[in-house]
Amino acid sequence: MSMENKVPVIALKDVNKSFGPIDVLHDINLEVRAGEVLCLLGDNGAGKSTLIKILSGVHQPTSGTIEMDGNPVVFDTPRVASEKGIATVHQFGGTFALMSIGRSFFVGVEPTKGWGPFKVFDRKKANAIAVKAVQDFGITRIDDGDRLVGGLSGGERQSLAIVRAVHFGARVLILDEPTAALGVKQASHVLRIVNQAKKRGLAVIFITHQVMHAMAVGDHFAVLIRGAVAADFRKGEKTREQITDLMAGGETMANLEAEIENYMQSHDGHPPAAH
Amino acid sequence: MEKLGIDSLLRRPEMGAFLGMVFVAIFFSIFGGILFMSPQGIASWLNVAANLGIIAIPVGFLMIAGELDISVGAMLPAASMTTGIISGHYGLPIIIGILAPLALGAVVGLINGFLVIRTNVPSLIITMGTLFALAGLSLFLSVYFTNTTSAAITAPDWAKAIFGSFIGGTYQILVIWWIAISIIHFYFLHLSPWGNWVYAMGGDKISARNAGIPTDRLTIGLFVLSSVSASFVGMCQAILFNSAQVSAGQSYIFNSIISVVVGGVLLTGGFGSVVGIVFGTITFAIVNQGIYFTNFDRNLSSLIIGAMLLIAVLANNTFRKMALSYTRKKKA
Repeated sequence: MSMENKVPVIALKDVNKSFGPIDVLHDINLEVRAGEVLCLLGDNGAGKSTLIKILSGVHQPTSGTIEMDGNPVVFDTPRVASEKGIATVHQFGGTFALMSIGRSFFVGVEPTKGWGPFKVFDRKKANAIAVKAVQDFGITRIDDGDRLVGGLSGGERQSLAIVRAVHFGARVLILDEPTAALGVKQASHVLRIVNQAKKRGLAVIFITHQVMHAMAVGDHFAVLIRGAVAADFRKGEKTREQITDLMAGGETMANLEAEIENYMQSHDGHPPAAH
Repeated sequence: MEKLGIDSLLRRPEMGAFLGMVFVAIFFSIFGGILFMSPQGIASWLNVAANLGIIAIPVGFLMIAGELDISVGAMLPAASMTTGIISGHYGLPIIIGILAPLALGAVVGLINGFLVIRTNVPSLIITMGTLFALAGLSLFLSVYFTNTTSAAITAPDWAKAIFGSFIGGTYQILVIWWIAISIIHFYFLHLSPWGNWVYAMGGDKISARNAGIPTDRLTIGLFVLSSVSASFVGMCQAILFNSAQVSAGQSYIFNSIISVVVGGVLLTGGFGSVVGIVFGTITFAIVNQGIYFTNFDRNLSSLIIGAMLLIAVLANNTFRKMALSYTRKKKA
């Protein structure tokens, strides 16, 4: 299957963003196709969160355009973006610790039953739909919609947030550091969910600074350094070390290793003293 | 609603308040003797609970939504004085004396709500500001209009029957109002879809807004509800007692918060129930009034309330943890 022939679901064309005199993003060109995961890598302060905010309608680009399915679009507000199918999931975003899974899943779109002014929240229906949606994504451990969200593991909770976005019709899924606070096992849960979303044909933008996690799900990688796309490559074109070095802003990691190596050789194999 | 097993009851927010209520009821029945359980004895705390309960539920809603409203302490006497001045001092028709304080409540609620959403200053501080401002304004206007700090009022029979009478000579009509209002509030919070919004807002305001909930309008609405509820009680008190005082009402600030917190509402929002608040209010009222039926020094009543609050908060934390860690029995 040739992905290059498909029109990107969302594309940024020469997007610049500045806040007053400060340029935050320079000439960003990125695109994501359906069923593809774009990993956006970058150190803290590289401009990742500004880019997310532009994609989700919080900020508007100073210049440049956003295209969906090849047509230019303007996201004046987050609501416009979400109506067009852009869903941004921040850490645990959209889940509520002290609410039941069923209630949390349907916040803002509560199913009701009953008549006229006496409509009541349909707890059974909400629980059933929420549990089914989560199980369809392979999280079979969630089987009771009355459980409180805060009682789930971090991975399950993050997965619930993603499943919720997918269930309510997202076409572009923006995941903001979904694995940052999770342990290895929990993170792998979330990565499985990301793969599921990709299989369902969503365009996924996966923001992270964990190279391993990016390599596990990514088809396409972009490294952001000081507000510009410093590298843009496809799966298999670079090794983990190369990506890590790129993120750190050049050959730093190799230099650092060489430096330590030199020091140890000149100091009888002792590592440098901690200062 | 849910399966009523012991374990599922233990996970409900009102469990701590229920146990507390049963405990203080038994305690004061033992130490308060036969009089405490007489109709007069029950009326003594039930009347207090009804007055407090009508205010405590909307204050609890705000707490569940992550906000606080302490301006109810000035709203109640301000409403009372409004009724007193309009229908007592100036002798205008009682219907104006009934509607004007409710309208005043709506205005104060709108001011509270707008200030909270526009400034992002914590609502404790905002409503502390309106508490003092409103108290000062009512004192100034009372003296300005009536030259005193109180007003006498004689309401017509129909108004007394609806808002300010005693059933059987002992139970305030407000008890009926409290029950009816509690049922409506129960519907709103637990059955209607809007209740979900209140919990979501208190749990995570930004996520709630992202999910399409009109958080600003809901916040303003809840502040209006609490102010109007406080004015309603103030208006009813003026009609019941045939007089209004500028200084009555400060006790409602802490008492409503205590009832709500004892009732299992989480101070930081996102958790709580109407039934819990009702239990919390009854618990508070029993301790507050029960002391008069015992041989204990009545100065000890605050000590008991303080200790009760601390125990209740710790117990509620435990019950909430149980609710969070609950999973269905593992399949073997």
